[in-house]
Amino acid sequence: MSEILKSLIDIVGERGVSNAPEELWFYSRDPGVLEPHKPDYVVLPKTTGQVQKIVQLANREKIPVVPMGNGMALTGLVIPLKGGIVMDMKRMNKILEVNEKARYVVMEGGTSQGVLKAYLQENYPNLRHSIPDAPPSTTIAANVALHGQGRLTNQYGFNSDMVTGMEVVLPTGEICLIGSPSLGPYWFSKGPTLPDLSGLFLGWLGATGIITKLGLRLYPNKKIRDVELFVTDRVELVPEILYKLSHLEMLEDVNVWFQPKPLVFSGNFHVTIFFTGDTEEEIEFKRKMIWDALQEFIDSKDGGFMGVQYMKNMLLEMPGRGIADFADVPKGGGFEYSGPITIIEHYPQYAAKVIELAKKYDVLYASAARLIHGGHCMMFSISFAFNRNNPAMMQRVKEALDEAMAFALEMGGIPWKPNFAEQKMALEKMDPAARKLLKMIKNNLDPQGIMNPGNWEVN
Amino acid sequence: MYKLKFNEKVCATCPSSDCLLKCQYMTFSGHKEAHAEIMKIILGKDSRVLHECVTCYACEEYCKRGNHPFYLISERREEKGMFTAARPITNQWINMTEMQGKCLVGDVKDKALSCCYIPELGALGTGEIFKDIAMAGTFGAEFMCPAVHTHFAKMSVIKERLPVVIDNFRRLGVKEVICLHDECYGTFTSIASAYGMEVPFKPVYYMDFLLQRMKELKGKIKPLNITVAYQRPCSNRLIPDKLPLVKKILNLIGVKMPKRTYQDENCLCCGEVIRSVAGYKLADDVQKRNINDMLETGAEYCMFNCPACQIALSEKVSKRGLKPIHIIDLCKMAIGEKEREVA
Repeated sequence: MSEILKSLIDIVGERGVSNAPEELWFYSRDPGVLEPHKPDYVVLPKTTGQVQKIVQLANREKIPVVPMGNGMALTGLVIPLKGGIVMDMKRMNKILEVNEKARYVVMEGGTSQGVLKAYLQENYPNLRHSIPDAPPSTTIAANVALHGQGRLTNQYGFNSDMVTGMEVVLPTGEICLIGSPSLGPYWFSKGPTLPDLSGLFLGWLGATGIITKLGLRLYPNKKIRDVELFVTDRVELVPEILYKLSHLEMLEDVNVWFQPKPLVFSGNFHVTIFFTGDTEEEIEFKRKMIWDALQEFIDSKDGGFMGVQYMKNMLLEMPGRGIADFADVPKGGGFEYSGPITIIEHYPQYAAKVIELAKKYDVLYASAARLIHGGHCMMFSISFAFNRNNPAMMQRVKEALDEAMAFALEMGGIPWKPNFAEQKMALEKMDPAARKLLKMIKNNLDPQGIMNPGNWEVN
Repeated sequence: MYKLKFNEKVCATCPSSDCLLKCQYMTFSGHKEAHAEIMKIILGKDSRVLHECVTCYACEEYCKRGNHPFYLISERREEKGMFTAARPITNQWINMTEMQGKCLVGDVKDKALSCCYIPELGALGTGEIFKDIAMAGTFGAEFMCPAVHTHFAKMSVIKERLPVVIDNFRRLGVKEVICLHDECYGTFTSIASAYGMEVPFKPVYYMDFLLQRMKELKGKIKPLNITVAYQRPCSNRLIPDKLPLVKKILNLIGVKMPKRTYQDENCLCCGEVIRSVAGYKLADDVQKRNINDMLETGAEYCMFNCPACQIALSEKVSKRGLKPIHIIDLCKMAIGEKEREVA
């Protein structure tokens, strides 16, 4: 047994560490199209103290550490590109505090979306969090670390904007409190009015530290959720439709999607509009506001509302399961997407690119965009499904996604949860001074370069 | 291409103009104006009817002289390139009902049980009532009556697809097709006839079948002693001679259907097509008046004939305290096959 393994066992116990080939096989890959790479060890800490000791050991021995939530980002963010230790955070899944009146929750860094959702439903039914359309087993800390979005993103911004404080284990092993908890017992602000240090970790994909505790804003859980579905066949109208909808300032979530199959969806762009209320009157008022906002498109016959009764339950599911269905269309259950953040005016160009790429690479496409924070920008997903048992198809998807990202960067978009190659593309295009600042931050926080190496590396 | 058989002289000499004067969604000053409008339509001129008709099908019933005012309105709209609903909604219906070879055909011999392209019908056509025919089901776009496209003034789709549907049934070798959807029966009788399409099998309206079966199962019936309000569907307007069947079936199973304002010829549309064609204000108004009227009768249940109406109104009537149910399920309740519905 190696000295490293012995040390890890000393820290987390025998059941919390493994270098068994079958375990390493699983931890060497994610569900996307990137090549797997084996770690040397997998370790599952239970406490911040254990995380600290593992990082100190790794720092001392110069071993890479890859913090992992559920590993569902699809873009290889937890594939240990340089081996080392994959630190699976899922055993740190306790809800530590809910401040009902201040509407925030504090939880451990491996807490999953499903655990928090269930906890709130059972104990605080008036509160909710912004649930992403990812499996319930995905973790909240990982989601904010990659600037995820969720069902409340149109109202309140990226899920990372909802962070209210963090406890982070730095790459050098110090435990650091970020935001209001650094000054007192309350977790109501991640930064303001202090210098906002949360930016040293949010969006860094685990390359600057490990989030061991997280504060997160909660929001009113209205009694009724409802949905309308507007369709148009004129892609050039989509930005104006979204502008009119965002002007209402009362929508929970707005998604725009298109896909060629099944035929009912072919040729149209679908705007799914979610809204909430505490009474039927409130819901009806909002529904009328939504219809009135889009009346000009109805009058011109360029758009109309679909009846949603038969698919309402599916649309209102949180998280939505449609993505999983899409993955299985070509059989073999795989899909990956590029999800650049861009301005809404560019929707038509992005939509055209999706169709162009699908044709060029002979792959099946779907696309879903989500408004962010009232329409200042949107996440535009360029999704391709593939058969996991078809390497040629996977390669075509990979090439299509690379080209999609190059297009997004050309269009002035920014990548969301980019894989290591896409990060390099972004860094090359980045303002040199900004790139230098990134490098300074990374080098200062992680002088040994052990944290999720290969990610956000400026060479 | 098939052509609508429309006798202009019938309209030219019509003493009533009931087709338009009785319309619940357009108003006319009297016979003179209504007559002038229908003549404009016949002559291919613009008419406000072409812009205001909400496609409720009712004029097909109001015309007692055998002409087809609604099909004519739809023809003229299409000729003029008009869309009743939004273009993407219209095309969505055309796309989603396209034949893709994904139909289901059961053990069909002389008879088929047509479930149109509506999954809910498959569940309804089961149990003791349908025991001899349930396995002979057909489902899918290949066996779907394309009448829905009249709502969208796409008669060309009907003329293209209906002969294929008829031929698909013919190739099954059936002598009878029991239609679980009013619209199918209306299509095979009213629309096919209006366009001169030959139907080489006998369409059977499911309520005729239901009445016969309930008579046969009389010994098993326990009167339900409940009160319902009936949501008559648009497609029933194509086959008004079948309307009395509802009362006959309800009488057999001990269900009362008190008189209400919006019933029989004066029934209101479920509202969902109106929502697409004329907007939410009229649709909300129609649905509200309709449900208020149901409640005023003291009905416990809102009884449906068409699954599309049921999907459109179930949530709304439930919120007002009415239990939504299909007439077939009422019959299943009466013979003890189904629990009583709860709101």
